[in-house]
Amino acid sequence: MIQGITIYHFLIVSTLMFFIGVMGFIIRQNLITILLSIELILNSVVINFLVFNRFLYPDQLQGHFFGLFIVGVAAAEASVAIALIINIYRRIQNIDTDEVNEMKF
Amino acid sequence: MDFLNLFVAVPVLTVIGIMFTKDLKGARIVSAIGMGIQLILSAYLVFYYLSLQGVGDLHNMIFYADTVWYAPLNIHYTIGVDGIAVAMIALTGIVVFAGIFASWKMEYLPREFFISLIILATGVFGFFISLDLFTMLMFYELAVIPMYLLIGIWGTGPKERSAMKLTLMLMAGSALLVVGLLGIYFNSAAPGGTYTFNMVEIVKHQMPIAAQRFFFPLTFVGFGVLGALFPLHTWSPDGHASAPTAVSMLHAGVLMKLGAYGCFRVAMYLMPQAAHQLAWIFIILTSISVVYGAFGAIKQKDLKFINAYSSVSHVGLILFALLMMNTTAIDGAILQMISHGLMTALFFALIGMIYGRTHTRDIDKMGGLLKIIPFLGVMYIIAGFASLGLPGFSGFVAEMTIFVGAFQHADMFHRVATIVVVSSIVVTAVYILRVVGIMLLGPLKNQEHAKLTDATWFERVSTITLVIAIAGIGIVPLWLSDTIQRSLHPLLQMILH
Amino acid sequence: MVDFSYTFLIPLIPLVVFLITGLLGMKWKPMVSGIIGTVGLLIAWLLSLYTGYEYFLAHTVEHYQTIIPINMLWLSFTNSLQIHMGVLIDPISVLMLIVVTTISLMAHMYSLGYMKGETGFARYYAFLSLFTFSMLGLVLSTNIFQMYIFWELVGASSFLLIGFYYTKPSAVAAAKKAFIVTRFADFGFLVGILVLSFLTRTFDFSKLTEPGTTIFASSAGVTFMGVSALSWAMSLIFIGGAGKSAMFPFHIWLPDAMEGPTPVSSLIHAATMVVAGVYLVARLFPIYHFQTPQVLIMIGYVGGFTSLFAAIIAMTQFDIKRVLAYSTLSQIGYMMVGLGVSGFGGDHGLGYMAGMFHLFTHSMFKALLFLGAGSIIHAVHSNEMKDMGGLRKYMPITHITFLTACLAISGVPPFAGFFSKDEILAAALESNKLLYWTEYITAGLTSFYIFRLYFRIFWGKNTDYGHHTPHESPWVMTVPLIFLALGSAFGGWIPFHDFVTPDLAPMVHKMEWLDTIPSVLIGLVGIFAAWYLYKKESSRPKAVVDFLGNLHTWAYHKFYIDEIYLFITRKIMFGMIATGIAWFDRHIVDGFMFGVADVTMALSGKIKKFQSGNLQEYAFVYVAGALALVLTLLYVFVK
Repeated sequence: MIQGITIYHFLIVSTLMFFIGVMGFIIRQNLITILLSIELILNSVVINFLVFNRFLYPDQLQGHFFGLFIVGVAAAEASVAIALIINIYRRIQNIDTDEVNEMKF
Repeated sequence: MDFLNLFVAVPVLTVIGIMFTKDLKGARIVSAIGMGIQLILSAYLVFYYLSLQGVGDLHNMIFYADTVWYAPLNIHYTIGVDGIAVAMIALTGIVVFAGIFASWKMEYLPREFFISLIILATGVFGFFISLDLFTMLMFYELAVIPMYLLIGIWGTGPKERSAMKLTLMLMAGSALLVVGLLGIYFNSAAPGGTYTFNMVEIVKHQMPIAAQRFFFPLTFVGFGVLGALFPLHTWSPDGHASAPTAVSMLHAGVLMKLGAYGCFRVAMYLMPQAAHQLAWIFIILTSISVVYGAFGAIKQKDLKFINAYSSVSHVGLILFALLMMNTTAIDGAILQMISHGLMTALFFALIGMIYGRTHTRDIDKMGGLLKIIPFLGVMYIIAGFASLGLPGFSGFVAEMTIFVGAFQHADMFHRVATIVVVSSIVVTAVYILRVVGIMLLGPLKNQEHAKLTDATWFERVSTITLVIAIAGIGIVPLWLSDTIQRSLHPLLQMILH
Repeated sequence: MVDFSYTFLIPLIPLVVFLITGLLGMKWKPMVSGIIGTVGLLIAWLLSLYTGYEYFLAHTVEHYQTIIPINMLWLSFTNSLQIHMGVLIDPISVLMLIVVTTISLMAHMYSLGYMKGETGFARYYAFLSLFTFSMLGLVLSTNIFQMYIFWELVGASSFLLIGFYYTKPSAVAAAKKAFIVTRFADFGFLVGILVLSFLTRTFDFSKLTEPGTTIFASSAGVTFMGVSALSWAMSLIFIGGAGKSAMFPFHIWLPDAMEGPTPVSSLIHAATMVVAGVYLVARLFPIYHFQTPQVLIMIGYVGGFTSLFAAIIAMTQFDIKRVLAYSTLSQIGYMMVGLGVSGFGGDHGLGYMAGMFHLFTHSMFKALLFLGAGSIIHAVHSNEMKDMGGLRKYMPITHITFLTACLAISGVPPFAGFFSKDEILAAALESNKLLYWTEYITAGLTSFYIFRLYFRIFWGKNTDYGHHTPHESPWVMTVPLIFLALGSAFGGWIPFHDFVTPDLAPMVHKMEWLDTIPSVLIGLVGIFAAWYLYKKESSRPKAVVDFLGNLHTWAYHKFYIDEIYLFITRKIMFGMIATGIAWFDRHIVDGFMFGVADVTMALSGKIKKFQSGNLQEYAFVYVAGALALVLTLLYVFVK
């Protein structure tokens, strides 16, 4: 417990992170940035897990485990996504979402 | 196992047999044997039926069999035949058999071709033996689907497009049909009763007149699309023109009759009151079909287009006669189904043979062929004469029965419509003689055609089989017409009362 | 009473011959088919003669019976409307039996020489037998539908025979024209049959023509467009007859039909098939007379007009077969007039008797004229008058027989045509003056055009035939000529009024010799005019032509009827209706179907934009939706 910092402060930060991530995901054109936004979203969720675990059920560890899992999944996901992005970049020298429409329709 | 099931089982076994063959030779022999057996079965069925009729025991469907298939919706696999179905099965047997011989030289993907063709035949045979609307619909779809492949893969000209057009239009027809059939199903019993798809059962229960008025047009048009009802006939010229010979034969010869048969068996038989009330709309449409098809054929240059329009006209006559709703006219309609089935199969077979030699179907590019290929030429002229209704061929008998029957109506509307329809005999003569005159008679137009060879043995088998059937009916029509009239009797009591 | 059931063999023999020669003919030497055909027909001819003897001569009767020895059910429409195939024996059918078999036998025999060496000799005989079978079946019909069936079959065999030289475009066109024009008339015939059978509930001649029958009573009040339904029916049936008999305005096919081999023209297009219309009217005469007299009068007028009209055209033509074709039209017009002016019973039946008499004599002399023309064409290899002249020295038998026929058709006593034509005129004089004068003038024109033909062929300048000198035809061709010449010369002495009358009772009729003087005179005037103009090569014909001016041009162009027909068929039927429908079908009906497809495609093009595949858009929609949902829920529940 850190004095003077309540659960609300944590939750406000994670909510801000989450919506910044969503915003980024929706409006950014660059695939890398979109990936970063997804990381933001995931991390805000991880923070929520940890905070709830710490503040509400201090004697249990499920939240922590979940957080670790999410970090692992996020790492795997980032590697797959970056592999895809690199391949796309090799193919069309561009990673803008508007340009990557070769397989559309 | 029930006898009628053989009509489905034999084609299925034939299909399996073809799968084990390696090339064209094997495939065609297996198909010919399979369809030969089918022809023998049809002949046996005809004789069996005639012997029963001799005894006078014809109030029920023969070989009636009923197996539950899907109990929750009361779907059965119900089969049985009466005189009309027997006649249609015999016709199908002959046409399919002749069709196999017409594709004796199918070099491209022969096994797949014969498999598709026989699946198509399975659908048709199944349709004619089934009495359960659901089973009937299933076989109907089974007959329509291979058509797409057969035209799309083995066709000529803009085949993919034609195949798509044909299949889509027929599918649109079946969409209406499904609605109609479901309508019949849900009105097949009083509310709370057990609904049924079985036609024999449905007919016992009078459908409410409001429901009949709604579902009769849907069902009639649904089947009418397949019978090239104006203005839903435009698949016919393209489809026939692109289809390979055997498919044109089967399609114009049998499948279009299947539409007419459905109109009669399902729409009119199950919903007689609505049929009486709404017949006038369809009489107008079919009268247009008859005259319009004939005029449409005059200006065409492609042999198959001419025959496709001619089929529109002749099948229109069948539908017209059915709607006249008296014994004589409907007898004529059935005769016309058989007669036109044989005639048009002969026509398409001949067109295929001529096309196989000249590599063109444009009549303006041919001329004086009678001297070069006398057998085919004479057969074409015979087919033409049969088609324009010359006495001594089946077409005359059928048309006259229709005309006389249709003219027996007391009111002016039916008789004027009849006169309009009768006028088609002149137009038919014009387009038939035009083709004969341009293509077969006159001096040889294209010197490359001078070396063409006349018919081979299998082509002779295929055409002579059909000519004998056509002339046989035309010369001694009484027994056939009588048989049909007698077998119509129980059905018509339902419709005419 | 004699049993006539053997008569079914008469049509059956040609049918069997047709099947044999048609199926096996190619395998034999050509002449075998010819001989089989001729022998078969000889048997049929003898049987017909025997029938005629048995029917007319062997027993003296007050009243001839209508006998139906055989009548088999062929097709049954309803309980009352049934088609039978049978044999009906009465005076006119026996008469026709004799005419048809006689002329057919002559044509068969003649063709052995005329068609020798032609390709398709066996085919020719097969078709000839088919025609003879159909014609005999038509003649012996017991009911109107049987007649229609054979009516169509003679039409088809006529098509086949006109188009015998099928590699020649003009023959093909003529065959097509003949078939389609008669088919159009048959449409009328068929509708007429439908109406008649609807009104009377029967097809049988014996019921329809029974004297004093009541089957028409129920239809008395039925009218359609102001005219009684029965009149419609009978007029429509007559249209069928007019088509086959080439009455105006259906006459256009007959001159073109001369493209066929000449014996065919003589058999089908002069003596037998083209009189089927006359036979039809005679067969239904009691109905026409008692029920619809106004239609009968109309038939008379149609016949009268056609006879005059065709005679005028015949005077201007140069193709000898065409002259004869128009002459045939004109003579059939005579027969129609005879029927049209006739009454019923006793002396009133004179016109009917005369019409049938003329049918008989005409078949003799017109067949003779055609066969003679064939013999000439065989010798000079041309149809055109200008290639002929002075032939009497080369072909004496043809010359004498041809002259006999010319005299017969001109009505010079005592040749056959004189008697029959004069009785038609006598009948017309009694009942209809207009028709009388028409026919009177036509008689003069007839003798003029036929002697014009005669003089131009056998007299006039001696054309230089080069090294190919014309010679007399072989005996198989001259024997029929001589036989028919005897018929044309003496056929008139047959006491026809004892045999053929509308009420089947022999008629007490005495020829008024004095009354015949005017008609003989006008015939002689015509002959004299022809002699004056054409006996020797001169400028006189040209002067007459110049004098007539446009009148001659119009007649020479057959009054442009063909052009009118061409306009109607080519421009209106083909050009406008058929092309219009073809266009309508491709663009409107099919266009609508394609329109449906196009609209579907366009719609789906619009709809698929929603599925852009752009994840960010999806996410935006998703988040926005989620937010909206949350806010809504908050608003609903928290409030």
